[in-house]
Amino acid sequence: MAENGAFHRGITRRQLLAAASAAGVALSKPAWAQSMIDLPLPGGPDARQITTAFPQKGPMILQRTRPPLLETPFEVFDKGVFTPNDQFYVRWHWALIPTEIDIGKFSLTVRGHVNQTLSLSLNDILHGLPSVQLSAVNQCSGNSRGFFQPRVTGGQWANGAMGNAVWTGVRLKDVLDKAGVKLGAVQVRFKGLEEPVVADAPHFMKSLDIDHARDGEVMIAYAMNGEQLPLVNGFPLRLVVPGWYATYWVKMLNDIEVLDQPDTNYWTKVAYTIPDTPHASIKPGETGVKMIPINRMVPRSFATNIASGSKVKAATPMALRGIAFGGDCGVASVDFSIDRGKTWRQAQLGKDEGKYGFRRWQTNLTLPAAGAYGLLIRCTNSNGVAQPDAPNWNPAGFMRNIMESIDIIAV
Amino acid sequence: MFRNLLPIVILLGAVSMPLAARAAQPLELKSVKVDLPDSDKMFPDGPGSDAINNNCLACHSAGMVLNQPSLSKQAWAAEVNKMINNYKAPIAAEDIGPIVDYLTALRGTK
Repeated sequence: MAENGAFHRGITRRQLLAAASAAGVALSKPAWAQSMIDLPLPGGPDARQITTAFPQKGPMILQRTRPPLLETPFEVFDKGVFTPNDQFYVRWHWALIPTEIDIGKFSLTVRGHVNQTLSLSLNDILHGLPSVQLSAVNQCSGNSRGFFQPRVTGGQWANGAMGNAVWTGVRLKDVLDKAGVKLGAVQVRFKGLEEPVVADAPHFMKSLDIDHARDGEVMIAYAMNGEQLPLVNGFPLRLVVPGWYATYWVKMLNDIEVLDQPDTNYWTKVAYTIPDTPHASIKPGETGVKMIPINRMVPRSFATNIASGSKVKAATPMALRGIAFGGDCGVASVDFSIDRGKTWRQAQLGKDEGKYGFRRWQTNLTLPAAGAYGLLIRCTNSNGVAQPDAPNWNPAGFMRNIMESIDIIAV
Repeated sequence: MFRNLLPIVILLGAVSMPLAARAAQPLELKSVKVDLPDSDKMFPDGPGSDAINNNCLACHSAGMVLNQPSLSKQAWAAEVNKMINNYKAPIAAEDIGPIVDYLTALRGTK
């Protein structure tokens, strides 16, 4: 894979570095490095660039250039329940990402423990199988990792490593049925086109149990919000696993392997594992805990029109609104408290766009007198699971869903 | 940039329509060729900066590291070892110590 022009090559940067080093000067500041944002991460570093340098993307919070980690600026979530494609967050594991996809040449292979190996063209997928649609939240396992205390390593996200889209595609079940899954299949493994820079590093792959893969909800999406996916969001095909963390939503999906043995690959067995405890939470330093692959999402809710530290007028009605999602099921209620959780009131829920998506909530409230208020927002999902009032902790910084707390001063 | 070829996008404005009603429009894909930006950022000068610049930037840009919180020397050593053992970073044995020391000096806990 030496000099394939279709790949974004590390060699380019090495040449750059060599040039910079030879000149003995720092390279000039790139033109796009203008706008900055501070993320409220405890202990910092909090400064991030707002970048518009990525193709098919608008302004994004730059967490890492290569491989790209781009966070959705939080104000985007106030505009509606569907996250625009050009501001949908981006997360890649390896740096060799194809930058050119020819739709006439791309194919999806289905192989392994099946009656017949398939090589499906995009035409086969778009026109040869029933089309389905659903709204679903795609959330990074480590969304909000930057708020963990003690802090942990990894992408230092605030709350913007999530998004909601209408996904259009075909059922994974229909694709598997076309290949004919043999008796004895236990899991299905998914692989995309990204490749590690180091040849013997583990290729990114994720697996689902066979029954989950065939549940009729897991889909292979070729469109989000009615358009083809931006390349950095996984064009042309992305696995959609409603209600499950985004690590399973394999981007640039081109290989599906039905397994007759449990998957033991690094990304399923070692990485993306959580303590098998309530809220995937342990005490910092605790060892000897059973670890399991991360799986279903948990409920969350956010206020989107007011930030912590805001000043508002006392004794004056104000609108409060935001988004919520149930995790692996719908939203039953969103409640809020203006007295740090002593008393709770229910917010109004907006239109239900599908149980796996964002749900708008809103309310009017009046802070009765001048002073400091601790506002809490809590989502309870349709399985009766509510956001906890204490933070979870695990060494990977996964599954944060403590109810959000907003400090407001009424004047 | 693809809005013009996808009539279905118009339907997105009509969020009150049931999902099933939105599925009818056919969608055609277009080939894509893009350039991804690279980063020219290097680790700030200091003891071990050559070691970290030479060993770490092939797989990821420096910003990822510079955005990390302050960590103990032990935690930085664990991170470097994870890069070597789990992600097969080809780091020469004699560079490991200088890299861990560099990270601890740059972003260590007091």
